[in-house]
Amino acid sequence: MSRYNRQIKLTEVGLEGQEKLRNAKVLLVGVGGLGCPAAMFLAGAGVGKMGLMDHDKVDMSNLHRQVLFQESDVGKSKGVVAKERLEKQNSEVQFEVYEEPLTIENAKSIIQQYDVVLDGTDNFETKYLINDACILADKPWVFASIYKNEGQLSVFNYQNGPTYRCVFPKSTRQNISCEATGVLGVLPGILGTLQAAEVLKIILGVGKVLSGKLKLINMMQASEQTININKRPEEVEKIRKSGIAPVYIDCDLKNKEQWYLDVREVFEQPKPKGKKVLSIPLSDLTSRYQEIPNNQEVLVFCQSGKRSKNAIEILKNEFGFHNLKNVEGGIETIIDG
Amino acid sequence: MKVTIKYFGLVAEAADKYEEVLELNGALIASELKAQCLNGLSIADKDSVQIAVNQNLDDTTTIKDGDEVALLPPFAGG
Repeated sequence: MSRYNRQIKLTEVGLEGQEKLRNAKVLLVGVGGLGCPAAMFLAGAGVGKMGLMDHDKVDMSNLHRQVLFQESDVGKSKGVVAKERLEKQNSEVQFEVYEEPLTIENAKSIIQQYDVVLDGTDNFETKYLINDACILADKPWVFASIYKNEGQLSVFNYQNGPTYRCVFPKSTRQNISCEATGVLGVLPGILGTLQAAEVLKIILGVGKVLSGKLKLINMMQASEQTININKRPEEVEKIRKSGIAPVYIDCDLKNKEQWYLDVREVFEQPKPKGKKVLSIPLSDLTSRYQEIPNNQEVLVFCQSGKRSKNAIEILKNEFGFHNLKNVEGGIETIIDG
Repeated sequence: MKVTIKYFGLVAEAADKYEEVLELNGALIASELKAQCLNGLSIADKDSVQIAVNQNLDDTTTIKDGDEVALLPPFAGG
């Protein structure tokens, strides 16, 4: 126990609190800019079981903010690398890796196995999914999100308190990730660490939990503000009655006459509508390339322009396509509106 | 009456400021003030922006002299 004695000394923790931590189970959805620092502090504090969920692989551009990863990890599964690294930090913690996205199908059954959920995601669909699944499973979740130099933080569904839908009842298509806008590594570092602090307070049952409040942090302006939020009972009741409300964010692409090929996974959003938009995930290309027209120009896109570039290489080199053009900036650059 | 408006995220970016003091005439409820502030700003999804008056999220309050209003878009990054 000597590893925990600096925190056991606190009256808020003590031996009893340390036992609570050892018996606690925390699910981290997303092990990225927010999830990495949160995971390190929670593992350090001796949380008994941690679920590490991420379907993504480490990229060189992650390293400035995703502090669990090293250069030699590029290309490897984030969840697997995080587990290896965190086990070295604290071998007393039990880790469970999920190399799959959170979906409508698996959300409730996975979340039910944990006491608290920490949201380290970078998109609205998954935030609403976590929210709805937590309402159904009756679990609190610690939310954080970032836009450039600003962050938002709150604890939702805590002791029957307000939920994400009570703040933002309607989802939006403006799904702007850190990849798209840019971010300094310290900001998710700050937010992820604050999320870990909320998780610890929830487990220990001490202090004031940031429930019913939305904290706004502007790192560049060195300013902070807290907004009071009320529960919208009808929003929560709707989910309790009819289950998870999937957020399908559809959109139109600029040119209706143009052929497009979407190589993102089927769960990625927004989903463009239109007869000339093909959806074939990168991993299915070699089995489904015949569906792609080869006699007129096809614009190939993904979220950022990276995977679509790979897709074009494969289709060109292996199947002789010469009519494909990459959408460099990803889907956001070709959406109408 | 004078009202302080605080802008956040992409609303601050579209307005090109974090804060301003507006001189308003006549009675306004928060949702009307929100529409007025966002009018002309290049924001694709104005419905998703929430309004807080004196640090309380509520778009039905009547705006009073000296109120501090915050316009909050949702953030997605992580």
